[in-house]
Amino acid sequence: MAILGALNPILTVGWDGGAAWRLQDYVKRGGYKALGRIFEERISPDQLIGEIKKSGLRGRGGAGFPTGLKWSFMPKDFKDGKYIVCNTDEGEPGTFKDRDILRGNPHAVIEGMVIAAYAVGAARGYNYIHGEIWDIYKRFEEALDEARAAGFVGKNILGSGFDFELFAHHGYGAYICGEESALLESIEGKKGQPRFKPPFPASVGLYGKPTTINNTETFAAVPFVLNMGAEAYLEAGKPNNAGTKLFSVSGHVNRPGNYEIPLGTPFPVLLEMAGGMRGGRKLKACIPGGSSAPVLPAEVIMACTMDYDAIGKAGSMLGSGAVIVMDETTCMVKALERLSYFYHEESCGQCTPCREGTGWLYAIVHRIEHGAGRPEDLDLLRGITANIMGRTVCALGDAASMPVQGFLKHFRDEFEYHIENGKCLVPPEVQRAGSTFFKATV
Amino acid sequence: MLTKESIQKIDREIAKYPAGRKQSAVMAALAIAQEELGWLPSEAIEFVANYLDMPPIAAYEVASFYNMYDLKPVGRHKLTVCTNLPCMLSGGVDAAEYLKKKLGIGFNETTPDGRFTLKEGECMGACGDAPVMLVSNRRMCGGMRPDEIDKLLEELE
Repeated sequence: MAILGALNPILTVGWDGGAAWRLQDYVKRGGYKALGRIFEERISPDQLIGEIKKSGLRGRGGAGFPTGLKWSFMPKDFKDGKYIVCNTDEGEPGTFKDRDILRGNPHAVIEGMVIAAYAVGAARGYNYIHGEIWDIYKRFEEALDEARAAGFVGKNILGSGFDFELFAHHGYGAYICGEESALLESIEGKKGQPRFKPPFPASVGLYGKPTTINNTETFAAVPFVLNMGAEAYLEAGKPNNAGTKLFSVSGHVNRPGNYEIPLGTPFPVLLEMAGGMRGGRKLKACIPGGSSAPVLPAEVIMACTMDYDAIGKAGSMLGSGAVIVMDETTCMVKALERLSYFYHEESCGQCTPCREGTGWLYAIVHRIEHGAGRPEDLDLLRGITANIMGRTVCALGDAASMPVQGFLKHFRDEFEYHIENGKCLVPPEVQRAGSTFFKATV
Repeated sequence: MLTKESIQKIDREIAKYPAGRKQSAVMAALAIAQEELGWLPSEAIEFVANYLDMPPIAAYEVASFYNMYDLKPVGRHKLTVCTNLPCMLSGGVDAAEYLKKKLGIGFNETTPDGRFTLKEGECMGACGDAPVMLVSNRRMCGGMRPDEIDKLLEELE
């Protein structure tokens, strides 16, 4: 899968279907120019952080935290080794952009990490790569070898006197490691169980040292922000929603894939880029920011622009930019049942409300889906989410609860129908047709 | 316990981390051991732990926490099918059902000839290629409709 389409692209210009990923290709596209300019013009770390702040770049992993601000939290006077970590543990259902970034342009991530390391004074970094994408991990290691050989990574980078070592760490199947403190535990060779915060990683991170963690797409954007200038990047999106973003569109569309669009682009434009609804069927609902984001009904999402503010105002989250599209063949109870199973399966087990609560959420949605729901179940589900949210070390408990609340808020009638009639509002043969697995039946 | 080649691979992983932080290589070392042995018997976990100067129980915690480690023997090819929502919308569950029928086994079972083990997977971060499956942790296959599944099964001896 390559990038299938773009509107005023910044990150994906010249990707060539993922084939032109090598150092020479990246350099031809203007790669490592930003890094070179920093050393030539003796741009100070403070100036650099100021520029990133001015650009309005926000974290692309889900939380949307301002990147420059995050970098500024790193203690300047700490001399005993700081770290830069890239989070490519891309396991949020619906999200598959970082895989394509590392496939199509791994050197942009490397350059972004080296620049970040210079800005915060880190001497060592790791890119934590999702366990299931072995080929991408190997490619990133190859790109690292190229960057080391060319003097962009390692000792005395480009003759500047600045040293930065960078390595790849391969995950092995745990959604929770996408949570930054669990990811750090995992690099330390432990179970991926999140840490209490505070202290935040900028104070106590990897091996107890100050650490900046950003998403793959965030690092990949850094060289482009510097090359085009903070103001131009800001203007490429809209106020408070700077720049472009990759959106992973999956589900019932004709061309599922990654699309780069300016933040603030209307959802119908993105849907059209993705080839429109599969089989010309009717849009029913959309999860706009990865499986943890509350679902939105068709009429709400169709009126949204794709940016942090608009999606937030509509009652959901832009998250990682994973757009899961569902048409009228979708049974919303079954959809939620599968998501609830996922969170139950992936809860790390550390906090009782999450470990037990996600089990109950799944068990109850499962019995509703299988015709054994009870009239009081919907209130029970709501009560359980209230008892999970805000009572756990990390956000997985909230991530498991928000889909339940969203599905119940907008599709309560379907759940009630299931409970009253012991079957689905959407007939099974209609549901089957939606998947197009057996092409002959479509 | 492990071949010289595997040990060399583990040493290369250890070198990625600062001095005194050998434990950071445990995930990679367990993966390398599993690749050589086909699965992770407790002796292999203990060997890795000793090699990295960490308590065996700490290595076991890692091996039992992450989904891609196999603590029981599996077939020559492990097929992990993603059935999570985005894949489900494009036939992930149908693909799993098709495989179950074709192989005559359920999830977490191995064919009597020891050729295939079937697993249910969680999101592999490739939803645009749905239905998606992973072959023996290393090879990602997308667009797995009946023809493609048939082709893959034929290819895997």
